[in-house]
Amino acid sequence: MRKSWRKLSEALGFALLGVAALLVVAVLVLILYDIVAKGGKAVTWAFITQKPTKGMTAGGIWPAIVGTFWVSLVTVTVSVPLGMCAAIYLNEYARQGRLVRLIRVAIRNLSGVPSIVYGLFGLGLFVLTLNLGLSVLSAGFTLGLLTLPWTITASEEALKTVPFSYREGALALGATKWQTIRTNVLPYAVPGMLTGTILGLARAAGETAPILFTGAAFFWPFLARFPKVLTTQFMALPYHLFIMSTQHHEIAKVRPLAYGTALVLVMLIFVLNLGAVLIRYRFRRKFRRA
Amino acid sequence: MRRIMAILIAGVFVPTLLFSQELLQIRGSDTMVNLVQRLAEVYMEKNPQVACAVSGGGSGVGIAALIANRVHIANASREMKEKEYAAAKENGVIPVEIAIAIDALSIAVNSSNPVTKLTKDQIGAIFRGEITNWSEVGGPNLPISLYGRQPNSGTYVFFQEFVLGNKNYSPRMKQMNGNAQIVEALRTDKGGIGYVGVGYVRDEQGQVIPGLKVVEVAKDAKSPGVSPLLTENITTGRYPIARALYQYANGTPKGAVRSFIAFELSAEGQKIVEEMGFYPVSGKYLEANKKLGF
Amino acid sequence: MRRRFSSWRDLKENALRLFFAANGVLAIVILLGIFSLLFTESLPALKQLGVGEFFFHLRWDPTSPERASYGILAMVLSTLMVSFGALVIAVPVGVACAAFLADVAPPQLREVLKPVVEILASIPSVVVGFLGVVLVGPVIARVFRMPSGLCALNGALLLAVMALPTIVSICEDAIVSVPQEFKSASLALGATKWQTLVHVTLPSASSGIIAAVMLGMGRAIGETMTVLMATGNAAAVPRSFLDPVRTMTATIAIEMGETVQGSLHYQSLFVIGLVLFCMTFAVNVVSDLVLERFQRVRR
Repeated sequence: MRKSWRKLSEALGFALLGVAALLVVAVLVLILYDIVAKGGKAVTWAFITQKPTKGMTAGGIWPAIVGTFWVSLVTVTVSVPLGMCAAIYLNEYARQGRLVRLIRVAIRNLSGVPSIVYGLFGLGLFVLTLNLGLSVLSAGFTLGLLTLPWTITASEEALKTVPFSYREGALALGATKWQTIRTNVLPYAVPGMLTGTILGLARAAGETAPILFTGAAFFWPFLARFPKVLTTQFMALPYHLFIMSTQHHEIAKVRPLAYGTALVLVMLIFVLNLGAVLIRYRFRRKFRRA
Repeated sequence: MRRIMAILIAGVFVPTLLFSQELLQIRGSDTMVNLVQRLAEVYMEKNPQVACAVSGGGSGVGIAALIANRVHIANASREMKEKEYAAAKENGVIPVEIAIAIDALSIAVNSSNPVTKLTKDQIGAIFRGEITNWSEVGGPNLPISLYGRQPNSGTYVFFQEFVLGNKNYSPRMKQMNGNAQIVEALRTDKGGIGYVGVGYVRDEQGQVIPGLKVVEVAKDAKSPGVSPLLTENITTGRYPIARALYQYANGTPKGAVRSFIAFELSAEGQKIVEEMGFYPVSGKYLEANKKLGF
Repeated sequence: MRRRFSSWRDLKENALRLFFAANGVLAIVILLGIFSLLFTESLPALKQLGVGEFFFHLRWDPTSPERASYGILAMVLSTLMVSFGALVIAVPVGVACAAFLADVAPPQLREVLKPVVEILASIPSVVVGFLGVVLVGPVIARVFRMPSGLCALNGALLLAVMALPTIVSICEDAIVSVPQEFKSASLALGATKWQTLVHVTLPSASSGIIAAVMLGMGRAIGETMTVLMATGNAAAVPRSFLDPVRTMTATIAIEMGETVQGSLHYQSLFVIGLVLFCMTFAVNVVSDLVLERFQRVRR
């Protein structure tokens, strides 16, 4: 009797845990299903390649895609070199001690700073103090700082996967620390770092709060050339979704466009994540063979 | 991987325009952002040598940007304040005011609400939170739920000054992001009341959006109710809650700024104003614009 | 040992070391930079109005024509209320899901579930907020017979979705890292797998779980777009979860554009930013300490 009760309670308990896991899956499926089902109708080739027209009730989102591209490019240019170098220091040069502990605490806290606070920081530092105004540069730099903790962590992970023997071999042959890192560590860590970069990009592409006051525009339908584009305002996919669902004067009418924007944004982030996963996977296989 | 990057970069560079155009930056009122965006769109078709960029954020945003000399034109659905003029002067900016359209704020309720007429004082008391039930103004026994705009909108400021008698809004008022969100909410909220620009209560065909009802407004208890839906009620000034929509430029407009504003005030521009649900400039505002040579 | 900088090579090596060290310290510099910028921007307002004006008043109405008031209590309460609401939903589901992943699920199922959590984590907050407007809002309105579904409950539900991935992945790490010996001992004493999980594994992973909850809380407090779009933004003190609320993050997002740079209103928004920063910082530091203790016990 008692035994069967124990068995029953165990089955019940595990079933409950299973239900929780199912719930998480269900939430994701619901989100994706809704966006794909309703956004799928709106997303056509024209929607992707055209400008918004007729008072933003028709046309497409091309400027927003381009704007997101440029901002993300600036983001990566800022966060990747800085993140890599910080990771090289932490993993290759630094001795365990107070400073490293402090750095790690700082990194963890940076990743916990609310994105809107990054927005304030970007407004105060880049827009006003450095006088970059509302621009791709201001927004990109702000997002670059926001993604920095992730790029540092990802780069570190990548460096950690390089076996210690690689370093020892080079040092034994009389190479300096830097030569060792350059020839025997970095080449093997690059794919891993790339993964981190792409994941950082995916984060940055979807952030809205930090670009609210650093350069996103309601309507900016033309595409300047590089480098001019860096100093102008821009349209961005997440911001476009925000205005199409809250600020537009005919919300009900443009709802399909909002859904389409949401689908494109989610697809973009999905593709980036998938790319990162694939690179990671190939990279791991290579290492197993090595 | 390299090939993919190459395709990506080519895809971005090939369609980029030669950027030899003059750039016109316009920022400000959320009430006006859709209108000015549409005007800019048509204007650019006619004048490919000028590129206009329009962003919203609120009247205060536009005015602040003009004060900081970051934009050519600020859209504002309220007049600039003394303080703002002073701040502009400090920065060496001389704001010049042009009215480009007239907006009437309609008081909208859910279509199931039997109330058809409210006085200006009643509306003020409702939004100050002094009247909290529809039964107090001749409606059913139903709590009133308030929908308004956020403090960064000129509409919020105008309504506060003009209808609330410069008193505080009820803290229970839901502050919505935009006119359209208020309309959406009122369509389902049986006890709701909100203020939105007349341009937002009508659909494409000029009919009032289903589920919405526009209340007639009376100056006082003795006067008849006036509907904002009849154009002559606005142009003759009979409707009590109307305002001008302004643009501010730095100094007397010249060059592209002048040509754009001239287009907005032309017959064609004013037709777009009407299409978007606002009213053409009339009366004293026309006189003021004439002085500037428009 | 005499250190020699005789050769060019040594010099270069040391220069490089310094360069990398500078990059390493950057994280600390940025963190201090954020704090000091928030502090210097908000200091004039704190001086002029006094700290009490901000922290002991409910009413926030900087543009009031009668008397401008800068009380942030109502929005702090709103932020905490929405965040706690989110945790009440997300913690049981998240911990259970993590336990399922770590202890129950067969490996193939785990391979499917882990990416699901990762994808959920990568969905931008503006998309979640959008769904709050078009999907969750109407449902809430129908269920509670409310006029509009933009309220604290909507925000809490969405924030739960935002915080879930954080909670699941950190909890799972904590549960997985419980030493096998503990579990084996419990099983050997005749406990079932379920009893082992409830009485042995979860308690020994408890500090990791607490840290996960804290981090989820930090996430929820700092989330902007979802609450801005889905909570209705009324500035009053909420009486229930069906009231519209206005959080600290939403207030900054709404009003920052309106202010003239350097004005009192602008500075007071930075005060909110500073308080927000301090709140998330405190939450993070506490979860850090908890985790550290947890790792020490591990060793």
